[in-house]
Amino acid sequence: MSINASGWRPEAPVAGGKASPTVTGNKGLMLEEALIFEIGDSETTGVDFASSPSPLRGAGRGEGPSGTSLGSLARTAPIGLPGLSEPETVRHYTRLSRQNYGIDLGFFPLGSCTMKHNPRLNEKMARLPGFADIHPLQPVDTVQGALGVINELAVWLTKLTGMYGVAMSPKAGAHGELCGILCIKAALEARGEGHRKVVLVPESAHGTNPATAAFAGFTVEDIPATAEGRVDTAALKARLGPDVAAVMITNPNTCGLFERDMKAISDAVHAVGAYVYCDGANFNAIVGRVRPGDLGIDAMHINLHKTFSTPHGGGGPGSGPVVLSEALAPFGPLPFTARYEDGHLALIEEETAGDEHPHTFGRMTAFHGQMGMFTRALTYILSHGADGLRQVSEDAVLNANYILRSLEKTLDAPFAGSGPCMHEALFSDNGLADGFSTIDVAKGLIDEGFHPMTMYFPLVVHGAMLIEPTETESKAALDQFIAALRSVAERAKAGDISLKSAPHFAPRSRLDETLAARKPVLVWKDPVLAQAAE
Amino acid sequence: MRYLPLTQSDREAMLGVIGAASIDDLFVDVPEAARLDGPIHDLPMHASEMAVERHMSALARKNLTAGEAPFFLGCGAYRHHVPASVDHLIQRGEFLTAYTPYQPEIAQGTLQMLFEFQTQVARLLGTDVANASMYDGSTACWEAIGMARRITKRGKAILSSGLHPHYVSVAKTMAKFTGDVLETATPSLSADTDLATLIAAIDKDTSCVVVQYPDILGRIADLTPLADACHANKALLIAVVTEPVALGAIKAPGEMDADIVVGEGQSLGVGLQFGGPYVGLFGCKEKYVRQMPGRLCGETLDADGRRGFVLTLSTREQHIRREKATSNICTNSGLCALAFSIHMTLLGEKGLRTLAEINHHGAVAAAARLSQVPGVELVTPTFFNEFTLKLPQEARPVVRSLAERGILAGVSLGRLYPGEASLANGLVVAVTETTSAEDVETLAAALEEILA
Repeated sequence: MSINASGWRPEAPVAGGKASPTVTGNKGLMLEEALIFEIGDSETTGVDFASSPSPLRGAGRGEGPSGTSLGSLARTAPIGLPGLSEPETVRHYTRLSRQNYGIDLGFFPLGSCTMKHNPRLNEKMARLPGFADIHPLQPVDTVQGALGVINELAVWLTKLTGMYGVAMSPKAGAHGELCGILCIKAALEARGEGHRKVVLVPESAHGTNPATAAFAGFTVEDIPATAEGRVDTAALKARLGPDVAAVMITNPNTCGLFERDMKAISDAVHAVGAYVYCDGANFNAIVGRVRPGDLGIDAMHINLHKTFSTPHGGGGPGSGPVVLSEALAPFGPLPFTARYEDGHLALIEEETAGDEHPHTFGRMTAFHGQMGMFTRALTYILSHGADGLRQVSEDAVLNANYILRSLEKTLDAPFAGSGPCMHEALFSDNGLADGFSTIDVAKGLIDEGFHPMTMYFPLVVHGAMLIEPTETESKAALDQFIAALRSVAERAKAGDISLKSAPHFAPRSRLDETLAARKPVLVWKDPVLAQAAE
Repeated sequence: MRYLPLTQSDREAMLGVIGAASIDDLFVDVPEAARLDGPIHDLPMHASEMAVERHMSALARKNLTAGEAPFFLGCGAYRHHVPASVDHLIQRGEFLTAYTPYQPEIAQGTLQMLFEFQTQVARLLGTDVANASMYDGSTACWEAIGMARRITKRGKAILSSGLHPHYVSVAKTMAKFTGDVLETATPSLSADTDLATLIAAIDKDTSCVVVQYPDILGRIADLTPLADACHANKALLIAVVTEPVALGAIKAPGEMDADIVVGEGQSLGVGLQFGGPYVGLFGCKEKYVRQMPGRLCGETLDADGRRGFVLTLSTREQHIRREKATSNICTNSGLCALAFSIHMTLLGEKGLRTLAEINHHGAVAAAARLSQVPGVELVTPTFFNEFTLKLPQEARPVVRSLAERGILAGVSLGRLYPGEASLANGLVVAVTETTSAEDVETLAAALEEILA
């Protein structure tokens, strides 16, 4: 039976009709999805088990061998976990995924976050059973290939940065910062200079820098920025003294500028017996063109999820290896891999640390770090090679400067006169109409189909808009974004009130964050039970 | 280069717009002495997808994969079957390539998932609330100790001898720098946990007691008396769960009045991966929520009155509080939390309980068989899916010889506690639904041969 046989004939579509609200709340492909607690139940499961694992069912429920038992510890109360069948599960998470923006979908210029393309070869390699299905405590002779990955990546990272050694175990950037700061603290204590208590941090730093230093027991002091957006070298040098333990500097900095005086700063810091920590979040701007080791850096974490393309995954897992200078390397954490002349790889842990690594500050995490990210990062690095990585930073910087110069007449660019930017372009909300701010521009960009830039960071610029395009965007993608941001910015300058209620075309309109914080609802509660309890 | 879209003519056109003569002009702020004039020497150049795949596969083949051997390792990382749909779903680009949900209107997928994850974790651990995850169990454990210090304003933590020695190491490392005092001890190769010793050690300076459940040797004990003793001294009880599947069969620590419950969530959805990335679980009583580390997702409404989710209580966090933050943590373990949550949704209450039952029964049968090996003794009569055997000789060389025969026999206590003679004969054996009866028989037969 064809549809035509039942009487329907193709006709010209009618334009301009107004939609009525839908029963479901869905809007075509924009689909609402309930919580698993509202659609699942305790009897449904999407997993089948072998029906009769008879050889393993030697004892009755809860009973162990020769009269042992889980006894009074056996669970009696229900847990309250809803289950879904496999098709329902696939649909639930597929629907949820469609309420997310990702790099795969479009331009994601989140400054300081390096949202570059995540190559799928990385994913495929990380899933090789030889990497994905090995246990961290297997005898080392059975994991030589895994130690080989760690070792090979470590060699790349030290050569790309011109540093002496690398600690691979930190789980993320902030964990890497902690690693670097603990190395510095251990080094000072080994010198009998544990009294140095001050860590200097520029105002433009990531929030993790002062949080890390404070966690390690240091007092944090701000260093001001100059009008051109760089560290005030004179003020920094004036503050250096015998109480200073370290300086934490982000280079390229969060204003998107290279710290020209970095080497001079490092020399001055070293001259007073302190160390230089570099926040390596922005390494993507200089990989293959500048080696931080040549600038006198003592420690720098590398976010593998930024520069080396491991996926951000909606907020982790990250991975934050820390490259170390010769002065700090002896204090780095356990465990680490060592390669012997015969090619055999060893894992240096507490047992052998006494001989191999006596000054280590200790262990930071249970096992060896983010192996799954190491395989991805190494795959990425091998794909690019030394030449490709250099092209990465060149294209990343070219794309950012193209955005800066294409938009500086539309938006206020406070440091546009400070020379070329590096991998990100910084604008402020100066010049927008009264009552309009960066957030309105950002939400307007959502309606245009883009992920917004980083908002209100760094703190040194009013209403900061930090745009990092990365090297994996085409010129056409940049041109489309530039046109969209120009249009949104002009609307914000003209006081277009519709921007204040943007986004209009997202799965949700602006969300009430104040309400969420005032009366936190952090877990789902059955409304029927909750009402009965009141 | 296949990942770089700009063509040479694009580059030239863009330099023209910028007003720069060459790419070098964009790097003028780099001091000349630090500029590299070409690709770094003695590193390979770019490679095709096929060439990279060949290289990585060769490295992967050098490892003895758990799936290819009778496999019995646990001690903080467990091999469970992960349904195929889990890995398919976490590879959807909208999850895989999203950032932290700072723009909630276009991140409801991640946010709703985190809200569901928090609820699942809180229910599993028996706590009122849970956060959006930590790096792993060991770092979550340390963060809990720090949180107890902030709440009680006391600086002494008592760590059970049954706590994973690597978790103890992490805590010791951090305590060196924060000034916390940690009381630690080495476990004894016996059936009894150290609960009585812990209770006796609590005093008015104690911020918390940290106890693992089931513990490093696989033992389980009722935490209620310990919780009571802690609370009588205004100290907190922190329970650490490294095998969340156990909570399908035994009471949750929260049910026994633990104040903070942390865990390693790797068992569900994540896979072994040589130790990471994993996913730290973190739950606590509601009254302590503002002292919690890490991200929290909360429910709210949008401008049109529809339910939605946002990151909340961020005034605890480093990007707002800077040096006064509860932790320096910036990421969570989002994609691993997603994998955990999907696996848990597929299991549901019924599936998790069945899974736990299969694990327990398998372990009971394996313990019975292995303790029949002449000279081998079962140390831990009460356990979930992991138990400790005492061999008639040092376990570490035995594990190595078994590995040479292609059997991954378990974790020797000599590996975890090098130099502790009293533990050297201990072997911790884990059994999950992936362990077959044939695997157990293979291990038993090989042990009989080696120990004969």
